[in-house]
Amino acid sequence: MELLTSVFIAKAIIVGVVFAITLGVAAYSTYFERKIAAFMQDRVGPDRAGPFGILQPLADAVKMFMKEDFIPANSNKWLFIAGPCISMLTALMTSAVVPFGDTVTIDGVSFDLQGIDVNIGILWVFGIVSLGVYGIMIGGWASNNKFALLGAIRAASQNISYELAMGMAIITILMITGSLSTKEIVEVQQNGHWNIFYQPLGFIIFIICAFAECNRTPFDLPECETELIGGYHTEYSSMKLGFYLFAEYINMFISGAVMATLYFGGYDYPGIDFVTQQFGSNVASFVGVGALLGKSLAFVFVFMWVRWTIPRFRYDQLMNLGWTGLIPLAMYNVVITGLGILLGKPFMVSVAGLILLIAALFVYDQLTVKKKIA
Amino acid sequence: MEISNIWYFLSALTLLSALMVILSKNPIHSVLYLVFTFFCISAHYVLLNAQFLMAVNIIVYAGAIMVLFLFVIMMFDLKKNTPEAKSSMTKLAGSIVAGSLLVVLIAIVRKNAIPGPALEKFNSQTGMVENLGQVLYGEFLLPFELVSILFFVAMVGAVLLGKREAGERNF
Repeated sequence: MELLTSVFIAKAIIVGVVFAITLGVAAYSTYFERKIAAFMQDRVGPDRAGPFGILQPLADAVKMFMKEDFIPANSNKWLFIAGPCISMLTALMTSAVVPFGDTVTIDGVSFDLQGIDVNIGILWVFGIVSLGVYGIMIGGWASNNKFALLGAIRAASQNISYELAMGMAIITILMITGSLSTKEIVEVQQNGHWNIFYQPLGFIIFIICAFAECNRTPFDLPECETELIGGYHTEYSSMKLGFYLFAEYINMFISGAVMATLYFGGYDYPGIDFVTQQFGSNVASFVGVGALLGKSLAFVFVFMWVRWTIPRFRYDQLMNLGWTGLIPLAMYNVVITGLGILLGKPFMVSVAGLILLIAALFVYDQLTVKKKIA
Repeated sequence: MEISNIWYFLSALTLLSALMVILSKNPIHSVLYLVFTFFCISAHYVLLNAQFLMAVNIIVYAGAIMVLFLFVIMMFDLKKNTPEAKSSMTKLAGSIVAGSLLVVLIAIVRKNAIPGPALEKFNSQTGMVENLGQVLYGEFLLPFELVSILFFVAMVGAVLLGKREAGERNF
């Protein structure tokens, strides 16, 4: 019984810390997004609140809370309030299965630095991601505004389309690992055997789908200002709008953590054995937490980098890319991975498959160009 | 807290939300209550230690099928498409049919003692994904593959139905 309560307390602490880190990262992502945008556009960016504008998220939060909380007259009141809440809830739930670190032993009791280690870990992530669209759809419909509704419908069809390719990218990871548990997926990748080397194509597919699932540029059509005013959050103001924006940043951070877990070895880092020998396994585990957070933040930076570099897709281009581009590629990737496992050389076959694909695309491109000229 | 109390609570919640699906006036509310019902059923799967079924239930039903339902219903103009009230004869006929079905069902349950699960054969790991995979790809391989062919045929049919014929009006 005593063991049970101590495990319970440890898990409660881990969940609380993960919650705090997620919210903190999301808050400061808004600041760094503006700073990075400013850097890329040769501007200064926010610099008034505190040194280097470091208190800007705080000022933004105060502004969001102080604004008038407006509910449109003919909207569905309860669903209008429920929309941002569901967005926030689904964004935060994913982090439960991400393994943030290896085992830590305190007073002879070992804890995994992970919310829950269930044997369906990656399916949990997939399930919650597929629920993420409800917040947007409910909010968009309840606003009783045709632009908001169009944004909601776009979000729904976009998420459903890209989930298929994402699921097939995950299947290849499962083929290599042989387990659904996120903990085991990370343990297989220890000592530099990161999945990115065995799954370069799978990673490309996954990161594109992650952009689409997070509604980030170049796939942010649900909130496309040039066509839909503000998209699904046109009618939202005050902290309800803040929750929608916040949920997007949380999704970015968590999807970065999931990508680090699936493809970049999770909490693995070079020199883990040296740190373990010198300072003990607990310190090594905590450095691992730092490594995972660093990888996730690097992905958050990639999200921002792409946002301020690439223009938005057109909607038919988005659907074409999803259905006729990514899904066949993901199927090809499944076949290549299966071949690699059968031949016992996953690394060689994956690289050969990627080179073959690029060569085939190049040849196809040459042929079609000649046809156009003739 | 006893596990049976959780079960009673969950079952009550499931029945209540399932009732709300048919009692709510607004179709959007109905869909959302149905999603909630699926969550309750998933929670039942967790109580049965069938985590894989729980995840698949959420992904397939709540995450894909109900999103499409919501998608379609949102495109209707709900104010124009309210169904007209049924006549009292229809209501009477419906009540009689439903009542007789209830009597028959109660009679079946009372006449036949339904055997409970054999406790000595119970294995708490049955619902785990490894064991489920062994059963599906070993013992029941042929039915499983037949189901996948059935799905494939349904998919081809759906694509064929959705395809625009040459010369058909383009909306």
